[in-house]
Amino acid sequence: MAFDPNNLMKDRITDIGPPKYDMYFPPVIKENFGKWKYHEILEPGVLKHVSESGAEIYSVRVGSARLISVDYIREVCDVADKYCGGHLRWTTRNNIEFLVSDKSKLQPLMTDLRGRGSWFPIGGTGNSITNIVHTQGWAHCHTPAIDASGVVKAVMDELFEYFGSHKLPAQIRIALACCLNMCGAVHCSDIAILGVHRKPPFVENDRVQNVCEIPLVIAACPTAAIKPKKVGEAKSVEINNSRCMFCGNCYTMCPALPLADGEGDGIALWVGGKVSNVKSAPMFSKLAVPFIPNEPPRWPTTVQTIKKIVEAYADGARRYERVGEWINRIGWERFFEKTGLQFTHEHIDDYRLAMTTWRTTTQFKF
Amino acid sequence: MALKHATPMLDELEKGPWPSFVSDVKRMAAKGNKMCEDWLGLMELSFKEKEGHWKHGGIVGVFGYGGGVIGRYCDRPDLFPNVAHFHTMRVNQPCSKYYSTGILRKLCDLWEAHGSGLTNMHGSTGDIVLLGTTTDHLEPLFYELTHEFKMDLGGSGSNLRTPEGCLGMSRCEWSCINTQDIIYDLTQEYQDALHRPMFPYKFKFKSSGCPMDCVASIARSDCSIIGTWRDAIRIDQEAVKAYVGGELVPHAGADGPRKDFDIKAEVIDLCPTKCMEYDGKTLKIHTSDCVRCMHCIRVLPRALRPGLDRGATILVGAKAPILEGAQLGSVVIPFIKMESPYTEFKGFVEKMWDWWMEEGKNRERIGETIQRLTLREFLKVVELEPDPRMVNTPRFNPYIFYDPAAVPGGWEHDAAAFRQRHQA
Repeated sequence: MAFDPNNLMKDRITDIGPPKYDMYFPPVIKENFGKWKYHEILEPGVLKHVSESGAEIYSVRVGSARLISVDYIREVCDVADKYCGGHLRWTTRNNIEFLVSDKSKLQPLMTDLRGRGSWFPIGGTGNSITNIVHTQGWAHCHTPAIDASGVVKAVMDELFEYFGSHKLPAQIRIALACCLNMCGAVHCSDIAILGVHRKPPFVENDRVQNVCEIPLVIAACPTAAIKPKKVGEAKSVEINNSRCMFCGNCYTMCPALPLADGEGDGIALWVGGKVSNVKSAPMFSKLAVPFIPNEPPRWPTTVQTIKKIVEAYADGARRYERVGEWINRIGWERFFEKTGLQFTHEHIDDYRLAMTTWRTTTQFKF
Repeated sequence: MALKHATPMLDELEKGPWPSFVSDVKRMAAKGNKMCEDWLGLMELSFKEKEGHWKHGGIVGVFGYGGGVIGRYCDRPDLFPNVAHFHTMRVNQPCSKYYSTGILRKLCDLWEAHGSGLTNMHGSTGDIVLLGTTTDHLEPLFYELTHEFKMDLGGSGSNLRTPEGCLGMSRCEWSCINTQDIIYDLTQEYQDALHRPMFPYKFKFKSSGCPMDCVASIARSDCSIIGTWRDAIRIDQEAVKAYVGGELVPHAGADGPRKDFDIKAEVIDLCPTKCMEYDGKTLKIHTSDCVRCMHCIRVLPRALRPGLDRGATILVGAKAPILEGAQLGSVVIPFIKMESPYTEFKGFVEKMWDWWMEEGKNRERIGETIQRLTLREFLKVVELEPDPRMVNTPRFNPYIFYDPAAVPGGWEHDAAAFRQRHQA
């Protein structure tokens, strides 16, 4: 059987789904599935899991750029072949874990990883800043307001000391999304980087009726700023600029409403979200900084602002306190004071359930 | 070999300790990969102009499926002809992403022969993302994936997206359910819904083995399956003493190697329901008050373990902000046993889908449909009884709907009789 471009439906296989989850397990994982008793973090980046049977597996976690080439993956495979019997996995935050069944290979593996330049930094466990969950940015998406890979690299370089150490009160999860669609984890992260626009779309009246379904465009607007309009003979839409908050969802539906703008676009920073149920319930991230300009290639203002937040948190939070829990304890007025961030009109919610976020008590700090 | 495009801005991102995607892609370009070369040039232009350079949308795919491939075209093919077409293929990953080097090497060879050689490991939903190929390569790639790799495409569009779970029982002592089997089973059961868009909008499943929620299911899946237990936390009193005595490192070492552990300050006082006591000898947990937040278990992993009467909590409706605002999953089934073949759970799923496919508006996530048509209506169609565990608080407005059948006499009024009792 070989692929026949002239007979596409011949021998077609469909609906087989993914390989079964245990197909590539190391033997120790297979044998001790569901029998794990406890784990230890031996040092930043190194986990040990012990089974009821006494069996052990060591996992060495390394940071990765997520956007990686086949040659990089081949190098990862070389390492896994040498020390891990060819077994490895990726985490939910796009780190790589080398799975070591033979303890005598653990130190040689780590020495080897450290000898490979900056490709495989060890860390991301415990009270660290681990990998940044991020999106496509200018690398592949059509609706971004910022880049993803570039910003992530700049931020991780600056916060690198926290990746391979356990010196924070709790783990900090940083996420990035290049537009308000928030692909990924931006709405529920300790610190979130979000691409935002500040100018309404412009309407290409001669293209709208050819490339857009106008009712879908109108329904796509959260603030009802779009209505149909006839321009000469052409059916088009009109945008009420004073009602538009630049979310870009109409452009997602209609290619004739572009809004990307080099000077208008930039970054908003959010803080205090979490997904775990540990101690407190899951929380959304809240606005900390409404706008920072795009500053490629290293986004210095964004990077320094994030660092300031991390340092204020590390300085003020108690053990086990996530960023959101720290802020809830000290209050938002103190958060802005301790981070030196400016509080502005943009911070005050004005969408639908806005009033549930205003201060309805005399309890506040001067 | 000098590359085709100068990249002074991107070159700055080769500096610093974090792995550089620029160095990685340059390495590919330097060995003659023309797509990588033009991709770098295009990124440099975007960095310079601070605007992306991909055209809007792009509809491509493989026969038989309505999703799995994200079409993408560069808006400057005149400058960067080798990324004029740069489609992404989503490949369904094995749940929780365990691989052998054998399968990865084969996949690398396949992708280098048919595409850019660039990937995302992995997409946020979980897929292996093959980043950048041309339309004519899609069918041959798919043929090889299915025939040689026994692998299939993931989801895109208004359909069931690729489900994903935490690593569950494979390497975690806290997992209360077999997340990997649940995810594999659901993915196989609902292949049709995954490959052929039939929903009002996208729908995602995620499953975490415990309330730590390592796959963020409560925030990132329309239907979140989170492992939990109903009986007592198992306590090893000797191990508790070993933590108190400093022989065991608290938090499994996540705070570093420390010797100053204070069980009262770090565990007893931080319990959200204050249901724990320690008198210096015995740790007591009042199970009926425990909300299973995992804090004590994660700080004392060798002394405390989840109970043995295990199942899952099901939460529905999480989504990102567009359109009506971000939502977290809301509890709809406080506890359900999750054992293969998951018949009761699938019954729930199908009732939920039947309703949403009928009632959901175009591009309306199920969380928004529930907001619009009410949680009460949702519970009715999935045949669940209201339970205080479903709310943070009862309502505090009095705008309560009643069914006329539930009110004595119904809604028909005898106006004449009313006026006999009350003059107008």
